[in-house]
Amino acid sequence: MTTADWPLWEVFVRSRRGLSHTHAGSLHAPDAEMALRNARDLYTRRGEGVSIWVVPSAAITASSPDEKDPFFEPAADKPYRHPTFYEIPEGVKHL
Amino acid sequence: MATAAAQHTARTPAHDARGGAPDTDAHQRAFDAAIAADERIEPRDWMPDAYRATLIRQIAQHAHSEIIGMQPEANWITRAPSLRRKAILMAKVQDEAGHGLYLYSAAETLGVSRDELLDKLHSGRQKYSSIFNYPTLTWADVGAIGWLVDGAAITNQVPLCRCSYGPYARAMVRICKEESFHQRQGYELLLALSRGTPEQHAMAQDAVNRWWWPSLMMFGPPDDESEHSAQSMAWKIKRHSNDELRQRFVDICVPQAESLGLTLPDPDLKWNEERGHYDFGPIDWDEFWQVIKGNGPCNEQRMAQRRRAHDEGAWVREAAAAYAAKHTHDKEARRG
Ligand SMILES: [Fe+2]
Ligand SMILES: [Fe+2]
Repeated sequence: MTTADWPLWEVFVRSRRGLSHTHAGSLHAPDAEMALRNARDLYTRRGEGVSIWVVPSAAITASSPDEKDPFFEPAADKPYRHPTFYEIPEGVKHL
Repeated sequence: MATAAAQHTARTPAHDARGGAPDTDAHQRAFDAAIAADERIEPRDWMPDAYRATLIRQIAQHAHSEIIGMQPEANWITRAPSLRRKAILMAKVQDEAGHGLYLYSAAETLGVSRDELLDKLHSGRQKYSSIFNYPTLTWADVGAIGWLVDGAAITNQVPLCRCSYGPYARAMVRICKEESFHQRQGYELLLALSRGTPEQHAMAQDAVNRWWWPSLMMFGPPDDESEHSAQSMAWKIKRHSNDELRQRFVDICVPQAESLGLTLPDPDLKWNEERGHYDFGPIDWDEFWQVIKGNGPCNEQRMAQRRRAHDEGAWVREAAAAYAAKHTHDKEARRG
């Protein structure tokens, strides 16, 4: 196995407790354990994280950019899902 | 970095349809509209082949510069004058390795492999910034590099945080955050020397004298001779012209040099009330082109060292692969 075969890993970092993991970047590593160590050195050199996930890039299924419009369309014509859709008389509180 | 995953997992119909005329027109229109609206282009979006090629060339050259740039400074790690300075310098050089990795990842989202890019660097088919072909003769050079070379890099890179290609822009955000420490440690180092003994002061001045002009060349040739500038600006890869950024850098440095108690080696340097900028003397572009062509003081040394480091690191890569294979094997055995 040469470096060319090393899989690509996506790195997710939780910056502090109470926040979710967010995508930080990607890296190559021969296995998950080394991907974690490399991710620590690459993405948390200044205490940017308290927890790291690494996920094989090949395991991610993504929506296609070309399907953008039809794929997300069902949400576009439903403004009544937002609180601002509703008119409430002035002066009504806690609503 | 970023959504390299998407690039690798799913080829979109857009990619397969490249060359199909009606589709390409629609794709081109969508791309142009995204650029005009200042939106970011992401890895799986359709993009013109020339845009992709330009980005690969620029990001690769940038990545190569980060890792070649480790050499001139690493030269002084073992001879740093104190443990404090040594720890700082190691952290800085390590950051530059990280910058290289962020950028190689960004380039990979465009469909090239890291091995391919390293190959091109090692065979001289891709370049790195010519600033790193100058030698670091004294300890003061470490300060001059941090202040001037990292300073020029920051001036160049801050606008790249708004570059139209998402993964490149995001890599630049990380890099710019880290560069600010690089510049400040260099400035502080020079200040210590400048305020030290007469010999130390002279050493600092000498380093600034040698690094000033090459730093101004880092912004690239003048606008009217810059090959790729106009197209890169239209694509919003580049946001300001070479001369504009160079002027910005000069204006920032003059007062900083005064605070250091050092001078900049340019007799023509003076404030121009009318322009609201500092005028500065002519740059020796012959020297610039000579260094790019491979005739700088350290071109050969840098390339030889890079190839040697890669070859001598082969056993580490092999060991990591063997370790991973053994682990996978053990896990499978335990599962029975
Ligand atoms: Fe850097
Ligand atoms: Fe730097």
